[in-house]
Amino acid sequence: MRLTGGRALHIYTWAIIAWLTLPVLVMIVFGFNDTPGRYNQTWEGFTFKWYGRVFALDELTKALVISLLVAVVTAFVAGALGTGIGFALGRYRFRGSGTVNLIMFATMSSPELVMGASLLTLFVSLGVGLGAVTITIAHIMFSISFVAVVVRARVLTLDRSVEEAAADLGANAWTTFWRITFPIILPAVMSGMLLAFALSIDDFVVSNFTAGTTTTFPLWIWGATRVGLPPQVNVMGTLIFMGGVLIAVATSVRSRPRKRS
Amino acid sequence: MSRSRRVLAPYLLILPGGLWLLLFFVIPMVTMLSLSLQQGDVVSGYVFTGHWQTYVDAIGNYRTQLVRSLIYGAITTIILIVLAFPVAYWIAFYGGRRKPTYLFLLLLPFFVSFVLRTISWRYILTDEGMLLGPLKDAGLLADNFNILGTPVAVIFGLVYNFLPFMVLPIYVALERIDPRVVEAARDLYADPPTAFRKVIFPLALPGVFAGVLMTFVPASSDYVNSAVLGSSSTTMIGQVIQSQYLTSSNYPTASALSFTLMAVLLVGVFAYARALGTEDVMKVAAR
Amino acid sequence: MQSNLPDPSLIRGLTQRRLGRRDALRMSGLSAFAMALAACGVKGTGSTAPSAPAPDAVAKYWAGKTSNGKVDFANWPLYMDPKQPELKKFTAATGVKVNYQEVIQEMGPWFAKVQPQLAAGQSIGYDLMVITNGIQFKQFVDSGFLAPLDHSKLPNYVANADKSYADTAYDKGNVYSVPWTSGITGIAYDPKKVTRPITKLADLWDPAFKGKVGMYSDTQELANFGLMALGIDPAKSTAEDWKKAATKLKEQKSAGMVRNYYDQSYVDALGKGEVWITQAWSGDIFQKNVSDGTDFKFVIPEEGGTIWTDNFAIPITAQNPLDAIKLMDFFYEVANAATLAEYINYVCPVPAAQEQIKQDAAKLTGDDKTAMEAVADSPLVFPAQSDYAKLHYYVDFKTVAEQQEFQSIFEPIVLA
Repeated sequence: MRLTGGRALHIYTWAIIAWLTLPVLVMIVFGFNDTPGRYNQTWEGFTFKWYGRVFALDELTKALVISLLVAVVTAFVAGALGTGIGFALGRYRFRGSGTVNLIMFATMSSPELVMGASLLTLFVSLGVGLGAVTITIAHIMFSISFVAVVVRARVLTLDRSVEEAAADLGANAWTTFWRITFPIILPAVMSGMLLAFALSIDDFVVSNFTAGTTTTFPLWIWGATRVGLPPQVNVMGTLIFMGGVLIAVATSVRSRPRKRS
Repeated sequence: MSRSRRVLAPYLLILPGGLWLLLFFVIPMVTMLSLSLQQGDVVSGYVFTGHWQTYVDAIGNYRTQLVRSLIYGAITTIILIVLAFPVAYWIAFYGGRRKPTYLFLLLLPFFVSFVLRTISWRYILTDEGMLLGPLKDAGLLADNFNILGTPVAVIFGLVYNFLPFMVLPIYVALERIDPRVVEAARDLYADPPTAFRKVIFPLALPGVFAGVLMTFVPASSDYVNSAVLGSSSTTMIGQVIQSQYLTSSNYPTASALSFTLMAVLLVGVFAYARALGTEDVMKVAAR
Repeated sequence: MQSNLPDPSLIRGLTQRRLGRRDALRMSGLSAFAMALAACGVKGTGSTAPSAPAPDAVAKYWAGKTSNGKVDFANWPLYMDPKQPELKKFTAATGVKVNYQEVIQEMGPWFAKVQPQLAAGQSIGYDLMVITNGIQFKQFVDSGFLAPLDHSKLPNYVANADKSYADTAYDKGNVYSVPWTSGITGIAYDPKKVTRPITKLADLWDPAFKGKVGMYSDTQELANFGLMALGIDPAKSTAEDWKKAATKLKEQKSAGMVRNYYDQSYVDALGKGEVWITQAWSGDIFQKNVSDGTDFKFVIPEEGGTIWTDNFAIPITAQNPLDAIKLMDFFYEVANAATLAEYINYVCPVPAAQEQIKQDAAKLTGDDKTAMEAVADSPLVFPAQSDYAKLHYYVDFKTVAEQQEFQSIFEPIVLA
């Protein structure tokens, strides 16, 4: 349903996409920069060597590993907790669903700064210290709602007739859930887990407040900007970027409806 | 399933997640409020005294930053609506079968940590860097001209980082518009601009409103963009709060400011939701 | 006429709901909430008016500590040759591996970062750290976060260090720390952009450098320059003086002079041309010139400069304190103190190193030789008594209240 200026808008949209991608390109390109000193700002020549030396900086590698571990744990725990909430909200009507909705809305729209700061005050008041555990706790907290929303949307559109058929054939509720319902909602659960993973690995603000001296990948970058980012950061960023792209493309290809033969 | 188990089922399902949120979202808000009313120092500890003066002092000292943050947030949101609407419009109406691809391309940069992307912009925009250097050498810019350190740079960063959050909700709303409605408008002799103004834009409004919700709050409370791209004249309240917690260990003042910021934003959000009808906003925001 | 019905107001009064079940729930919820608020409190681990450490504290701490063959060392940037020759020498001599991390950029954030973990008795991942004498040093000590040092494990320190360090105001008797280096805060500038020689603090207020001045975000550094610019001795300053200094610093800011308030990253800003003239630490500029081939100049202003000491300290939750104290002592061998000072160009705490550097210079030729002789004679590395006359320490506080007042006066300049 065209109205006006399709051409102009087309060019505009591509310009915006280009603008959004520009810093990513700069990051990728400078991962190939043949820079000698601590600084990676002026182009000195093309080289692949940083890809060979990607794990040369121990602390950076350690930070990346911690980021990945935290993200994996977050994906699974938030995935489980969030699926429970999402399923309950989508399937049942119960007292308190309004409150749950409200709290979820609050976690998604609260400023990250406030969530991180308030967690710091909790941990300080309890005297439990900070570290990878507190980071993970925080990440799970803000990921639950996102998983729940994704799962709920799927559960709402679920066709109950399959479940009813299973019940008619004598399956009890437990069996019906695990063998019929869960496999159907599994793609939504996985996409929620993927979302939790992405949110966790990129998180900076909340981690900043709950990490103490532990470093995650974004925290390491933040700390290193004072003395200059080494090319390894560009390489790792590029690899994570490529990894994310591949996973996204793979999941979308898999979910394309198969042609009937 | 027996009746009582059916009734219990939802509660059991939400119990683990709900408990987690209670312990690590709700209760921390209480501890933060409590700390804001405590006195002492980081060495000998803090004691609850119910002392409101902390709020008065904190807001008095940093009122400028608070107002500045809300202003930057508002400017960012308005610019975003203007920039994002045409993109959402084009993808929704002209995207055809490639709509998912365009959305994917839009979200692609988010696979790189936003700290890294913002720092990349810092390199691009630096005083003698790849953008300004050649322009200065060619004499087009004064030698001491700088983008970094100005409000322009900070808002530029905010707009950049939150653009997809505005495009997506508007796109979703536009996508749901029934083409027959627009056809009807055309049948009734509406020309394209009128059709847009009277039919399309109003139907897109819930998307715009959801987008505002998802960008104004994080933009106002952001501190990374100002820290990386700004200077001390662009200090936002987020930086003040972060500094009070993580540089000065001044927990009461930090908590007071944090709580105030949240209260201001929450009041804004709920008034906003009230004005539009909570259901609409929650529905689209929950997408 | 008399009615049989009771007074309507009486009926109203009798039938009005007073405290229903909902109200009771609400009130108990609120009072639970209020109790929860009040019950929260942050326990401090120390006191701000502590007594001297118990005489057996040293023995108690060091009893049963074993060597694990590694040390995690947290330091500031630009405090060691990136090739780490001294650390390699240490590992070769003792077999102890050193993990050297330049994670400290400013004292405030460092203390705030490690405080929750130390208060919880948790390891911070480091066995050795270098901290500046000042507000946070005192907070570390008062909170009980530093291990008392066993001087029997520091023979080189006792033999080779300048004796004045045993009698400092911030750590008399070196109970918790021994110096790493001392340094001087002065002014650094780019002579290509700043065309006249810089000699005074007042130059940081010169409108010719509008928008190109860098100042420190650390309140103690900032305050000292503000006080000295007004001719006030920081050691004798009062709250009135602080307010005057704050006004002067605010003028500098509102005149648009200051590009930004920096921590260690001022060196980067100077290098990129974001600032042309800035507060600076003496050795940083020397190292920047050597490593990047730049030609920045460092001066101690006429009105005065700030002198501070960065000190080795062992956090109380350190996992490898024995190896840490071994490393501490290693840097007090004259040869090691000399090579360190040759690279970092900061005030060396070992006087005998001066002679050592001259001997090292004699083995070189040409430019290298003159450069190293310059280091041996530099007042920035081996200041004479007279050089100290113009140098002042940070402001010292008698009570926590004074310190909090000081912070509340100067913090808004940086943040606001």
